[in-house]
Amino acid sequence: MRLYVDNSKCSGCNACRVACSLNLFNENNPKKSALLVLPHFPSPGVYEVKVCTQCGDCAAVCPDEAIKQNAKGAWYVDFEECSLCEACVPECPEGVMFVKGELATAAWKCDLCGDCVDVCGTSALWISEKENAVA
Amino acid sequence: MNGYGGKILRVNLTTGKITKEQTPIDVARDFIGGRGFGAYFLYKEVPRGADPLGPDNKLIISSGPMSGLMIPGAGKCDFTTKSPLTGGYASASMGGHFTAEIKYAGLDSIILEGISSKPVFLFIDNDRVELRDASEYWGKGTIAAEKQFKEKFGEEFQVAVIGPGGENVVSYACINHDFGRQAGRGGVGAVMGVKKVKAIVIHGSKSIPVADVNAYRVAGKALYKACKDASFLQEWIRYGTTVVTSWCDEVGALPTRNFSAGSFEDGKGLYAPVMREKIVITDKGCFGCPSPCGKYSRSKKYGSYVEGPEYETIGLLGSNLGISDIEAVAQANLLADDAGIDTISAGNAIGWAMECYEKGILTSKDTDGYDLHFGNIEATFDLIGKIARKEGFGALLADGVKKASQKIGKGTDKFAIHVKGMEQSAYATHNATAMLLAYMTCDVGAHHNRSWAITYDLQVGRDLVVPEKVARVIWLQNFRPMFDVLGGCRLQWVELGIERDLYIAALDAITGIHRDWNDYEMVGDRIWNLTRMFWAREIDGFDRRYDIPSPRFYEEAPESGATKGQITKIEDVHRLLDMYYEQRGWSKNGLPTSERLASLNLSELVA
Repeated sequence: MRLYVDNSKCSGCNACRVACSLNLFNENNPKKSALLVLPHFPSPGVYEVKVCTQCGDCAAVCPDEAIKQNAKGAWYVDFEECSLCEACVPECPEGVMFVKGELATAAWKCDLCGDCVDVCGTSALWISEKENAVA
Repeated sequence: MNGYGGKILRVNLTTGKITKEQTPIDVARDFIGGRGFGAYFLYKEVPRGADPLGPDNKLIISSGPMSGLMIPGAGKCDFTTKSPLTGGYASASMGGHFTAEIKYAGLDSIILEGISSKPVFLFIDNDRVELRDASEYWGKGTIAAEKQFKEKFGEEFQVAVIGPGGENVVSYACINHDFGRQAGRGGVGAVMGVKKVKAIVIHGSKSIPVADVNAYRVAGKALYKACKDASFLQEWIRYGTTVVTSWCDEVGALPTRNFSAGSFEDGKGLYAPVMREKIVITDKGCFGCPSPCGKYSRSKKYGSYVEGPEYETIGLLGSNLGISDIEAVAQANLLADDAGIDTISAGNAIGWAMECYEKGILTSKDTDGYDLHFGNIEATFDLIGKIARKEGFGALLADGVKKASQKIGKGTDKFAIHVKGMEQSAYATHNATAMLLAYMTCDVGAHHNRSWAITYDLQVGRDLVVPEKVARVIWLQNFRPMFDVLGGCRLQWVELGIERDLYIAALDAITGIHRDWNDYEMVGDRIWNLTRMFWAREIDGFDRRYDIPSPRFYEEAPESGATKGQITKIEDVHRLLDMYYEQRGWSKNGLPTSERLASLNLSELVA
């Protein structure tokens, strides 16, 4: 199971990022979300969304073993165990492993909660076993 | 304060002094935010008789308690000022991501005061606030300037920027953001330009506090679910506001050749499916919007990219100029956006000039050599640039149709389509009395946003002049702009038809203060009356004459189209106003009575 995105459907609204920060931190703050929405304007005029593929590369290098798997099989950060060492950040092939000491006391990433999918009005995001199994 | 950034930022451009103050709790209680804050600060702080282009005028930029939160359409920003176009109240709403960023920077409003001696931009990165030299950006179009700011500071900075139109103080210059969103109307960009502020560049990474995060998450998700379940969602996403183009054409509401008719014989080239098929490449949403109306387009013919055109621009720069090529409208849209002038007022000004030309009142000697017959695409492109530069014939049009027609005389005021000096947006109102009244009494001039009553006209009988219609207009005027007060968008409620009570649970959880819609409508009523008092304070002899529409809608019936031969009688115009004033609790001359003001807790403020 992982989160998939169809960039051509994204309208760049960032509702996913607010929902994500609410799930991860109970806060309204898209700068503390585990997705990236990259606008490419004025040309070519498209949005590019970066999401976690649950590859587990971050967990493999974490010296504190702070990145664990939940019941859905998603890798999440155990905030209590993270020492902000940043070893995970360069390992992430999508650039969605976040360490920002000024914003949070632990690293964060997608835990596959699904809240982003719930608020996406254009159905650009979905969670499934395979990419073509659109929800 | 839950739901708020918590601070008002003041920037005095004359002295360079930058200060912050706590957002006043009593103002938040009585005016809530957004357009409410704008109206309050404008009335209270801009001295009577201030020159809109002088140092005493202020530009008040406000978010609201919805802005930046997990609420559908939480991305609307209000820009309020004393209008250089009308001399009265101006409030322009801008979508995109700017309002959310204001909140994340810990702010609710930004108030620009005074006049800078040299071009500057306001840089805000959380608590770091600086005025910086803008000489390298001055003179640039909005697209290039925004791109340059984004490249310099990063994509997470949001930019509100003026173009040459604002720099040259065109009366209807706008403020641009996110490559295609505008605070369009009333000349807010001219006020920013005369203050010599090229842009506001803002980034924030603070969390917005809410009173009950769990209840708010549940309520917010319920709102998104309602939007996603709405049967109209897919069609709305596909076409956005252009969904109404064909309908307007069919019912005679599509402005055609300077509003001389409401149906355009070549209108089909402008219809939504044609546009979607030909030029749209991406659906572009404002912050938090599940139903993006923004259509981002690419014109192969002109090799250009533009957000839009939206319905209003199609109406004013398309059919109103006798232009039926959607790619030409898109290109005109881009030129106006890049120049930083409002497409609605510009389309009116050019339409008025074309009618003057066709009637022989103006000749090519007056128009810098241009053949201004309706339908001239190249002349339209060139005039947009000339208006923004105030060059030659463009300088006349840059003042708006009211002043231009006064200057030219010869009865051209009869077809200058405006109310209170603001050009009419894209609904022809020859025979649609509720929509006509909505334009006549709109608080900024002839704009549709406060009360979009045209469907109601068609529903109940378009020529009816009855108290129920007037009541409907008043209810819409009190309720619809509450979304501009809350810092959000009304279109999920208007277009998707979601239950408006769903918002109440969310807003209660956000602010921790229970209000029902009656409470919000009361705030809407308060703001409506306050802004009316602003007009009365600023315009000598302000009275019902300022609520009379263009004679085109009561003297000249269209000669073609769905409203052929149809007109609203001048007696009915006055009957509408009589009923409106009575229901508003205003005098026969359209001024709020002292009892009415007292009932809205406004006596002290307007004393």
